Amino acid sequence: MITKRIIPCLDVRNGRVVKGVHFQGLADVSSPVALAKYYSDHGADELVFYDITASAEGRALFTDILAETAATVFIPLTVGGGINTVEDFDRVLKCGADKVSVNSGAIRDPSLVQKAAQKYGDQCVVLSADIKRVEGQFRVFAKGGREDTGMEAIGWIKRCVAMGAGEVVVNSIDTDGVKGGFDLEMLSAVCDAVRVPVIASGGAGNIRHFVDLFRALPGVDAGLAASIFHFGEVTIPDLKEELARSGIIVRR
Amino acid sequence: MMVIVDYGVGNLFSLKSSFAAVGETPRVTGDAAEIARAEKIILPGVGAFGDAADKLRSMGLDRALRDAAGRGVPLLGICLGMQLLFERSFEYGEHRGLGLIPGSVRPIRDAIPAGLKIPHIGWNALKLTERKSPILRYVREGDCVYFVHSYYAAECDEAVIATAEYGTELTAAVQWGNVYGCQFHPEKSGLVGLNILRAFCESKGGAAQ
Repeated sequence: MITKRIIPCLDVRNGRVVKGVHFQGLADVSSPVALAKYYSDHGADELVFYDITASAEGRALFTDILAETAATVFIPLTVGGGINTVEDFDRVLKCGADKVSVNSGAIRDPSLVQKAAQKYGDQCVVLSADIKRVEGQFRVFAKGGREDTGMEAIGWIKRCVAMGAGEVVVNSIDTDGVKGGFDLEMLSAVCDAVRVPVIASGGAGNIRHFVDLFRALPGVDAGLAASIFHFGEVTIPDLKEELARSGIIVRR
Repeated sequence: MMVIVDYGVGNLFSLKSSFAAVGETPRVTGDAAEIARAEKIILPGVGAFGDAADKLRSMGLDRALRDAAGRGVPLLGICLGMQLLFERSFEYGEHRGLGLIPGSVRPIRDAIPAGLKIPHIGWNALKLTERKSPILRYVREGDCVYFVHSYYAAECDEAVIATAEYGTELTAAVQWGNVYGCQFHPEKSGLVGLNILRAFCESKGGAAQ
């Protein structure tokens, strides 16, 4: 059967990997190319490169770093941040990305999902949604989690999947950086709503949290995290060993 | 000389890079004459079968590929490129393939229990069949490779060298004489994938089946 995927996320700014608590207070960690190679060698199933400042400041992705990574690392590579047009898809796909994740760009122009899916296929289009509870509702946030769009999240995700999003990354702003575990309630609501792969993001603090995630929600296909991997709090080989011991199928 | 067939379908950056990683520098070309002279051929592809088959025909590459395969030149199809090696596909209607391997390409949806997600996407374990193939010489039973597909090769038991379990046994890799195919993406399958490409580079030509 398909294995559950473990995905380190490399938030990139000015060519360096960063990760912030609640998206603020960024701390420099390492070189994206070196870190990507390290993770690939240690069993990461996929990598996400995310330019976290792009949607706020309109920065272009450093495509030379992406190309260098794609020439070094032979696992699926997803790129996001500052993807606003089909031309942006083209730019990163040419540099070796396999999938492109859209967030603020799709909020600004939802037809982007459809146009990109028609041109590159559903499997290429990943919807990334930053979600936070507001007044008892799951609400979609834009611009790196800083701006409440007022849109209800489950409806938004269903709409994007209907337009061709082939995967959904659910990033809970409520649990991000807290290291208290994934947002099982939010993820469960998304799994019930769509039939495409769902990737859990936000809240992983230890190995147990991944075990709990895959045990509680068989519909979740992958777990994504950043700082716990970057700072060595959890190593991927240890994580996979524990998942396998818990009866969860992983690639080893 | 080894060539990667460029017929405007999909992105060849990763494929080129992965061959570079195993010490090969295949030439990327859409020129029928060049493909006809090649010593080894890689046929990549993503997207829809019908469009891709039409493109190959309109560029005159279907004939070049059939001629080369008929002369015993090792040919490796990857993902949609593997599906194109078969006789026909039932992806949105019925389309004719290159006919280099007996069999058809059919929707996964019709072969697996309801409830499993389509496409079959992610890392899945290879199950090797009794037919030993040179391209899988470095692969161990249970090694995982990366798949993304909604259609699969059927009615081709004689050619299947590896399968992957997804509600049923899906064809993962095939060999028919000097013609090879991987449904998964070796260029995205880490060391296991690179070793499959390495093994293909090492393979000798031979009689067509």
